[in-house]
Amino acid sequence: MTRRITRLDRGGRLIDRARDITFCFDGRRIPAHPGDTLASALLGAGHVLQGRSFKYHRPRGPVAAGAEEPNALVTLGGRARMEPDLRTTTTEAFDGAEARSQNRWPGLGLDLLAINDRLSAFMPAGFYYKTFMAGRSWEKLFEPIIRRSAGLGPAPTEADPDSYEQAYAFADVIIVGGGVAGLAAALEHGRAGARVWVLEQTPHWGGRAVVDAEADGATIDGLAPEAWVKAALAELEALPNVTLRTRMLAAGLHDHAHLIALESVADTTPGADLPRQRLWRMRAGKVIVAAGALERPLSFPGNDRPGVMLASAVRDYIVNWAVSPGKRIVILTNNDDAYRTALVALDAGIAIPAILDLRKTPNGPLVQAVRDRGVRILPGHSIAKVLGSKQVKGIALCRHESRGEAWLERIPCDAVAMSGGWSPTVHLWSHCGGKLAWDTEAAFFAPDPDKPPLGADGKAMAQCVGAAAGALRLDACLASAMSAAPQVETPAEEPIQPVWVTPAEAGPHLRAKMWLDFQNDVKVSDIQLAAREGYQSVEHAKRYTTLGMATDQGKLSNINGLAILSQALDQPIPATGTTTFRPPYTPIGFGAIAGEARGEIFQPLRRTAMDAWHEDQGAHWEPVGQWRRPYCYPGKAEPHSAAIEREVLAVRNSVGMLDASTLGKIIVKGPDAGRFLDMIYTNMMSTLAVGKCRYGLMCSENGFLMDDGVVARLSEDTWLCHTTTGGAEAIHAHMEDWLQCEWWDWKVWTANVTEAYAQVAVAGPNARKVLEALGGVDVSREALPHMSWTAGPLGGFDARIYRISFSGELGFEIAVPTSQGMALWSRLLEAGKAFDIRPYGTEALHVLRAEKGFIMIGDETDGTVIPQDLGLNWALSKKKADFLGKRAHQRSFMASPDRWKLVGLESLDGSVIPECAIAPAPGENANRQRNTQGRITSSYYSPTLKRGIAMGLVHNGPDRMGEEIIFNADGKEVTARIVSPVFYDPKGEKLDV
Amino acid sequence: MRRYSVFAIAREAMRYHEGWERAWPAPTPKPRYDVIVVGAGGHGLATAYYLGKNFGITNVAVIEKGWLGGGNTGRNTTIIRSNYLQDPSSAIYEKARSLYEGLSRDLNYNVMFSPRGLLMLAQTEHEVRGYKRTVNANDLQGIETRWIGPQEVKDLVPMINLHGPRYPVLGALLQERGGTARHDAVAWGYARGCAAMGMHILQNCEVTAIRSENGQVSEVETTRGTIGCKKLAIVVAGHSSVMAEKAGFRLPVESMALQALVSEPIKPMIDVVVMANTVHGYLSQSDKGELVIGGGTDGFVNYSQRGSWQHVEETIRALIETFPPISRLRMLRQWGGIVDMTGDRSPILSKTPVGNIFINCGWGTGGFKAIPGSGWAMAELVANGEPGPLAADFGLERFREGRFIDESVAAGVAH
Amino acid sequence: MLRLTCPHCGVTAEETELTPGGEAHLRRAGPDATDAEFESYLFARKNPKGVVFERWRHAHGCGKWFIAARHSVSWQVFGTYPAQTTEPPADLIETIRAAIPTWEGWQ
Repeated sequence: MTRRITRLDRGGRLIDRARDITFCFDGRRIPAHPGDTLASALLGAGHVLQGRSFKYHRPRGPVAAGAEEPNALVTLGGRARMEPDLRTTTTEAFDGAEARSQNRWPGLGLDLLAINDRLSAFMPAGFYYKTFMAGRSWEKLFEPIIRRSAGLGPAPTEADPDSYEQAYAFADVIIVGGGVAGLAAALEHGRAGARVWVLEQTPHWGGRAVVDAEADGATIDGLAPEAWVKAALAELEALPNVTLRTRMLAAGLHDHAHLIALESVADTTPGADLPRQRLWRMRAGKVIVAAGALERPLSFPGNDRPGVMLASAVRDYIVNWAVSPGKRIVILTNNDDAYRTALVALDAGIAIPAILDLRKTPNGPLVQAVRDRGVRILPGHSIAKVLGSKQVKGIALCRHESRGEAWLERIPCDAVAMSGGWSPTVHLWSHCGGKLAWDTEAAFFAPDPDKPPLGADGKAMAQCVGAAAGALRLDACLASAMSAAPQVETPAEEPIQPVWVTPAEAGPHLRAKMWLDFQNDVKVSDIQLAAREGYQSVEHAKRYTTLGMATDQGKLSNINGLAILSQALDQPIPATGTTTFRPPYTPIGFGAIAGEARGEIFQPLRRTAMDAWHEDQGAHWEPVGQWRRPYCYPGKAEPHSAAIEREVLAVRNSVGMLDASTLGKIIVKGPDAGRFLDMIYTNMMSTLAVGKCRYGLMCSENGFLMDDGVVARLSEDTWLCHTTTGGAEAIHAHMEDWLQCEWWDWKVWTANVTEAYAQVAVAGPNARKVLEALGGVDVSREALPHMSWTAGPLGGFDARIYRISFSGELGFEIAVPTSQGMALWSRLLEAGKAFDIRPYGTEALHVLRAEKGFIMIGDETDGTVIPQDLGLNWALSKKKADFLGKRAHQRSFMASPDRWKLVGLESLDGSVIPECAIAPAPGENANRQRNTQGRITSSYYSPTLKRGIAMGLVHNGPDRMGEEIIFNADGKEVTARIVSPVFYDPKGEKLDV
Repeated sequence: MRRYSVFAIAREAMRYHEGWERAWPAPTPKPRYDVIVVGAGGHGLATAYYLGKNFGITNVAVIEKGWLGGGNTGRNTTIIRSNYLQDPSSAIYEKARSLYEGLSRDLNYNVMFSPRGLLMLAQTEHEVRGYKRTVNANDLQGIETRWIGPQEVKDLVPMINLHGPRYPVLGALLQERGGTARHDAVAWGYARGCAAMGMHILQNCEVTAIRSENGQVSEVETTRGTIGCKKLAIVVAGHSSVMAEKAGFRLPVESMALQALVSEPIKPMIDVVVMANTVHGYLSQSDKGELVIGGGTDGFVNYSQRGSWQHVEETIRALIETFPPISRLRMLRQWGGIVDMTGDRSPILSKTPVGNIFINCGWGTGGFKAIPGSGWAMAELVANGEPGPLAADFGLERFREGRFIDESVAAGVAH
Repeated sequence: MLRLTCPHCGVTAEETELTPGGEAHLRRAGPDATDAEFESYLFARKNPKGVVFERWRHAHGCGKWFIAARHSVSWQVFGTYPAQTTEPPADLIETIRAAIPTWEGWQ
């Protein structure tokens, strides 16, 4: 294809002609100027062909000049910065940018997948629902082919090296759109002192009015719109209460006036030390939508050929970027606005061989102005065919009121400008429930001011002004945005004549060449097929044909599509209605949505006072809630299993120490604290003596075990409740819930002091010796018996010492203020040297407790287990009239004797039974599933016993001691004997020393 | 009903596809039907379909206040799996999954069931245990799943980051015959199948009142007139409480919004379906090339199908953490679906306090995958007046007895 | 993402700063309750498509529980009040009735 340089000699209000930049497109160097978009520069360099359609791989050029573009999509950047599916029409050109065409093979010019276009007669809407059903042909053959050919740009394969940030803003008024309506609204509210933000998605202020005035000479207060915009900006910039932002897309309006916006910060300077994009979460008193309107294509045969563009886009390319989309442009329109395109084209020296006006007698001032310049205007005429394939070469002329089969003339041209009228950009209005009303005269859906989206106060939270409200003409546009609107001079316009298909009587052959959704290759014939087959709801038609489901989300196609559906169903357009407008207005990047929360700071990480020491020792970490805890401390090249065995034996044989700081610690205090804890725990806490500790269970009101831990009574009116690591926040919240919402007259206060204390468990036969080596408070058997606590100096620390044990050995837990945690840890290590003290991690903790038959919340419990299942009936107070869970336990299924109950299990061969194994029972249930009689809840290798040990829940387990049952896991069977769950020191002699 | 086939397409291509007939007619309501199914979503249509197919009951109307398939059937993330832990759940979901295997041929409508494999990532030791337990349970339930290690996960999903600083991938539960289907096509295929048996699908027909006497329903009032029935099946996910109130009882249900979104389409990036429950996100890639992403549920009553924002952030963060290359993709569209959450997060297929009213609801976030099995079991319940084995454990009485079906178990509680 | 004003501390808080707590004004069924009463207390929910009375905790704030009267479709908030009460304040009920004359009441 010959390339024609189409950059005009002068003009281009958005480009800096004094500076040259270049970027690459499919390996070719493309000259550009700052201010160009990729689309304008490519058109300026003669590259009309910029993409391929999704389904038929038809060659495509840009049809628009803005965010509504469905065709001209490219992949930008390489390797880790590769980004697919960017619209050339909104991507700013920058020096060194690399763009590649996509969805073609081997190249954009020659795409072998365009074979689909030849087969399109066999691939109408929904054809895939009607075939590919034989055997497994869908999954084995057809789907893989479809998947490979579907999709647009290539998938990124590397992590994104760029950073993103997020910000909040609060405003009285957020104005979306920086055209004259938005700026007028900003003046109105800014002058009144409101906190105002104005968001403009492009890099430029002024919107359509400044371009259109180039054609029609409109003025605002006697000024050219460009000058008025400049003056308005100057005034707004001087107002401290007004914030102006370009390159900021209002993506979505959510409930309670929550506006999500995306600001481009460094998209054109990859590698700069800046966040690439900034995502704003904004709260507004009111959102004013001044987002303008979108021009609609016309449905005529061949309307998707490269070079067929929206009339307004042609105008934009000429005025904004000094680019001529063609040297001879035919215009097809049903309204006066397209004549503005003729005027700016003529001024730029571009030929207009004909204007085909679908109306019978167009005669407004704009029409007259064009006619006066000698342009051939053909009322009631249309296009029967667009000649050319990868570029428009001409059109075949026909009468609009015809079947389109009689060609009156061939008119050579290299571009077609089309205008089917305009639709207000109502997306934000509609995101959050604003309703639309069909304006029959203007032929568009406009916001219904009586049915706005409602805010938290039940009042309107959004308002549309300007073209977004349906006020297309400049005078009405400004009047809608400002109470004291400026004086506007603008030419009058005659009404639009709604036309949804042209030529009007086109047969099926031509209707199959009229594109509605360009990207997804949905044609007029497809919508008619959907209607014929009963897919008559607008949502059915959309989903059946994929109309409006492309990356432009139907910005160009939806209104035309539903108008054609309405015609097919012989019903008025409002009866058909619209599909739902969903956020975002245009796609926004996942990177920006995620913001800063990536990698190390993906989620907050809670570290204990001894965290750095653990790290230093090479601890293997385990995430527990948001904490991280040492799982074990493997030596160099030491397998985890060996480290765990070493750690367990250290505790059993001498002494070990565990960082227990993450255990939840909740203070419960007040005159009614005991009464309260009696409700929260299943066992009695009010009778606990000061200085003593008691193991407690908590159930939900639904009866299931929630948490457990040791409770210490600190004083007459104060208890300290230990919880599991993961449970601290939830249990504290649970307590507050009951206190505030049920027993709010009880005098109780709670405080979650988990992070205030560092806590170290010292366990093993030599534990007391280590504490004594530190010196201080008496920790002897007599002074500090099992399940009691004391406070006092220990090695100079202000410590509280609990004599409790989760290992079955003599154990102490020492709590000190967090700031002293590391110092205490070091002193214990030092003092323990003589006894070869070892730190142990969570896995050794688990093994130790399992050897002793202690349950672990989350292992033996899973949200379906009640204390009775675990043989913990002793912890269910019979004396208390009430506690949380008590009533629940009386229900028939919970009181059933058939529940699975906790037992110990030993494999006959001493092996470790696979964790989570399940014991089948004879027979099958009614659903042909094998019956079961138990499951493993914990299973470990016991270094102490040199064999596998397990706990499990077994049907009638405690009554079946000594019985052998078979467990099934990983496809293998293991025979186990039912035993007591207490494998180690069943008499508790080790504890009481 | 004229059969669909490649030959039919070729024949129609010769005449510009002008000869296709309606997939389902738009009939005028009869005064009375044997069974009225309220709700023409996937579950309601499947209920009607199997009433006809399995029980020969075809004097059936499926009535729908909007357009058929327009509720959660048309707004979910299309995941199909049956790797559930508890016996009752795995039975009904596996029934559904196995029916999906042959559904296109059964309905003569390609629902594009795509068993591309489904992974549930384990990212904590707790999840490892939960999923291993599920694998062992599935083995006894006759469901093919297996535990795979990190390297095999990487082989299936090359873009995954196994070594995230917070939540490394420790393995996964794999169901090779899990996958996705085309959600709209499931509703459309069942609707066409029902219509072919002479059933009436009445769209734009909202139930305004349920008339009952002596604990038996006799007729419903609708926006298209009063319609009599011998039995009434309520299958209206997202509106179950509203309909139950019209019938005079309350349900253990709260309606909440579940958030979902899709990316722009890109060439194949991920072949399997991945669920990452620790970080609350799941994704798959549609045949069109979009990443289909499901996220969190609001914790409060919500009947608005508008998308909310914070769940999108949470979900995308979580997924970028595990699948870093998606950072440079873009969100095309977000929306919410209203799901019925029950007291134990498991569904309800049950008799009700009104003798000839039956209810099917409470599928929470997992309804789409259950459609064929749910319809099968519901048809059995409605036809016989008593639940069959698939529905037996899902009755309302379980909430009184304390006999819950809790699937959150596999996720466990942190220690 | 909704916003509610905490009646305890006066802060208008984002949804992410709040924890939802389900239907408000449930009456606890204790050990003497019948099976039906207990089931109803734990599970039966009004779940209206209309005005909901729901519990919220200003969890990442003052920590206090309060109750919001909100429309479950439009998300209009009619008011918030402290959770330490067994029924909605009379003036709030008036406000809701004025806004929705057909409202069936809170019980």
